[in-house]
Amino acid sequence: MSAEAATHDDHTPSMWDWRRWVLSTNHKDIGTMYLVFAIFAGIIGGALSGLMRWELMEPGLQVFNNGFWGNEHNYNVATTMHGLIMIFFMVMPAMIGGFGNWFVPLMIGAPDMAFPRMNNISFWLLPFAFILAVMSMFVPGAGGDMGFGGGWVLYPPLSTSGHNGPAMDLLILSLHIAGVSSILGSINFITTIFNMRAPGMTIHKMPLFVWSVLVTVFLLLLSLPVLAGALTMLLTDRNFGTAFFDPAGGGDPVMYQHLFWFFGHPEVYILILPGFGIISHIVSTFSRKPIFGYLGMAYAMVAIGFIGFIVWAHHMYTVGMPVDLKAYFIAATMVIAVPTGIKIFSWIATMWGGSIEFRTPMMWAIGFIFLFTVGGVTGVVLANAGVDQSLHDTYYVVAHFHYVLSLGAVFAIFAGWYYWFEKIFGVKYNSILARLQFAFFFIGANVIFFPQHFLGLQGMPRRYVDYADGFAFWNYVSTVGYLIMLVGMVLFFLVLIDAMIRRRKADANPWGEGATTLEWTLSSPPPFHQFNELPKIK
Amino acid sequence: MPDLYGEAMRFLTALVLTWTTAAAGALATPGQPTDGGLGLQPAVTPIMERVTSFHNILLWIIIPITLFVMGLLLWVMIRYNRKANPEASKNSHNTLLEVVWTAVPVMILIVISVFSFPLLYFQDEIPEADFTIKATGYQWYWGYEYPDHEAPEYISSMVAEEDLTGDQLRNLSVDYPLVVPVDATVRLQVTAADVIHNWAMPSFGTKMDAIPGRINETWFRVTEEGTYYGQCSELCGIRHAFMPIEVHVVSQDAFDAWVEAGPGSDEANAVIAEYTAARETRLAQLD
Repeated sequence: MSAEAATHDDHTPSMWDWRRWVLSTNHKDIGTMYLVFAIFAGIIGGALSGLMRWELMEPGLQVFNNGFWGNEHNYNVATTMHGLIMIFFMVMPAMIGGFGNWFVPLMIGAPDMAFPRMNNISFWLLPFAFILAVMSMFVPGAGGDMGFGGGWVLYPPLSTSGHNGPAMDLLILSLHIAGVSSILGSINFITTIFNMRAPGMTIHKMPLFVWSVLVTVFLLLLSLPVLAGALTMLLTDRNFGTAFFDPAGGGDPVMYQHLFWFFGHPEVYILILPGFGIISHIVSTFSRKPIFGYLGMAYAMVAIGFIGFIVWAHHMYTVGMPVDLKAYFIAATMVIAVPTGIKIFSWIATMWGGSIEFRTPMMWAIGFIFLFTVGGVTGVVLANAGVDQSLHDTYYVVAHFHYVLSLGAVFAIFAGWYYWFEKIFGVKYNSILARLQFAFFFIGANVIFFPQHFLGLQGMPRRYVDYADGFAFWNYVSTVGYLIMLVGMVLFFLVLIDAMIRRRKADANPWGEGATTLEWTLSSPPPFHQFNELPKIK
Repeated sequence: MPDLYGEAMRFLTALVLTWTTAAAGALATPGQPTDGGLGLQPAVTPIMERVTSFHNILLWIIIPITLFVMGLLLWVMIRYNRKANPEASKNSHNTLLEVVWTAVPVMILIVISVFSFPLLYFQDEIPEADFTIKATGYQWYWGYEYPDHEAPEYISSMVAEEDLTGDQLRNLSVDYPLVVPVDATVRLQVTAADVIHNWAMPSFGTKMDAIPGRINETWFRVTEEGTYYGQCSELCGIRHAFMPIEVHVVSQDAFDAWVEAGPGSDEANAVIAEYTAARETRLAQLD
């Protein structure tokens, strides 16, 4: 390498140069922007859930009582936007955009993503999608009320004739743009992973996080166009006189549900699969052992991704499907428990015989494994249409998917955050504060969501701004849990501020011999451009 | 600033009260949620009885699995932490183990499906019905029609909080409830006029989407007289939480008198109120 090229390589643009961010083609800078964006969106999504828990703390209308926060419609808007923001603008950007962009190239020994400029547009579409989504809350939705309050699933006719205002149109455009962003990102990841692995890194030597992102982006690429189609049909039903979902014109509202869930079920695996990858690395690193059953782990994710496409109608057991069809979807859905079980047991087997060190990321990872198991077994309960007839659209479902997402995906994100924090930012964090955050999150999230199983079994329906008095006690407990988790959230920002002020220089590899993937061979933070000479994998 | 100490004490008192009363015996009133309740509402139909026993079976499967995973995690945390085990083994394969943890879950799932499928078909295959009720979801109330009794549709709306009387329940009681005879097999047809609603009755194990342009069918046979409450279970707009369902299950004679008086009329309501009051007196005497 010539001296000139070497100096060029070392040239890192200033933090304060706007062009570094707006015109960025660097996968690490773009990854950082995704992470910051996800934190920002997470604050808004979390605040919306705070309004909901505040309202539900006691029977009657406390918050959405025609005062400052609006009426019952605005509660529905809060549930809807909480779901959409957390899914499309928090978990996906953090896991795929943030950690994916940062660590897929580093782990496969590539200098950058395959299409760096496309990477830029993938990210910069997102803030605009987000602005459209937030704007939708402040324009008329149903009647004179602001925002779209039809649930994140956007079922017609509530999302067509039921919401005559422009809020829903803004939301459709927002999701279209977010979808384009994700599809572009997916193409980028697939090309990068297939073509830019370092010499010697065969597909069966790829780190599991790269495997998880690969499966995830395939799911995105195959499912998002279906969502885009359904959204476009909603748009034309609303504005151009078509009747895809309007029975008066020969359409069928249930067709929308099939299209939506054909996207929606793979989507929930999109949210959790990268988390599986992250957890595998953390468990292996802190047990000082290679991951147990590597191939089984990789192909379990492939199997979960594949089966994820053929189980969608288990979200629709009550629409009046033929009974044999329901029987098929029960069987297919329960099969998912098998590869998921393989993953849980393989993580435990990785720890078995290991020399486990309880550093901050490991605490989050162990918490994840347990909580994901709880969410998993209630998923097996819900898979059975017979019981689902009692539990469908109750708080049992809310508890189930928050155990796998709020306690699963989010715990995986925090595990990854504290695993790679030093690598990304080049400074150490206060691990005592971070562990304290874990404690508050673990207790808080369980106090929020475990009682919701009881509410669901007792029959409390979802998306209710006010409930019968018989549901009061566990709702109160649930809100107490929210306050505990809120303390954890404050601690998260304290960790950030503390790290920012103290600026203790990070080590290249803070985790020792257990951390074997390529990102730990680089400095923390890595050079602006890495692997100009490709590493050779034995 | 909220009174944190007061809130905390209130919370603890409620916690202790609920759990001691729960331990003192089943306080659950059939047909409505019990504050602090942990399980399904008491079953009053053959379907819900089967749902409840199937759910109990599932609990016997999922709780041990969860405890097993928790036990394994605790064990590795104690036995294989760095102090207890400074040298990590390098083993990363065990074919037998991998086969076992694939095969055993498969067998557990087969056991579950042995119970699951019969329940599914029992729910879905409607037996010979004594009569039909048609429920139509509107934003935001229900319309009920008894075509076999040539009773025209009447509207059933929630009783507003300020209008509650007697033992009516906030957010659950309606002005003109549904009435069915005890032990009658009822075919329920559900549809909607505007957006999707859902007719749900926890103690019956009934939950059926009401979809515009479609008629969905389900059935129930209530084996105990009483008053049962359910709620709309598909998001339908601003007053989604305020279109409850109330079903009075009465004797065949009382039902006939109710039909005679004209469903959806105050006279018919009076027939049911009188019958219910008489039943409560009777029950009180039995005690």
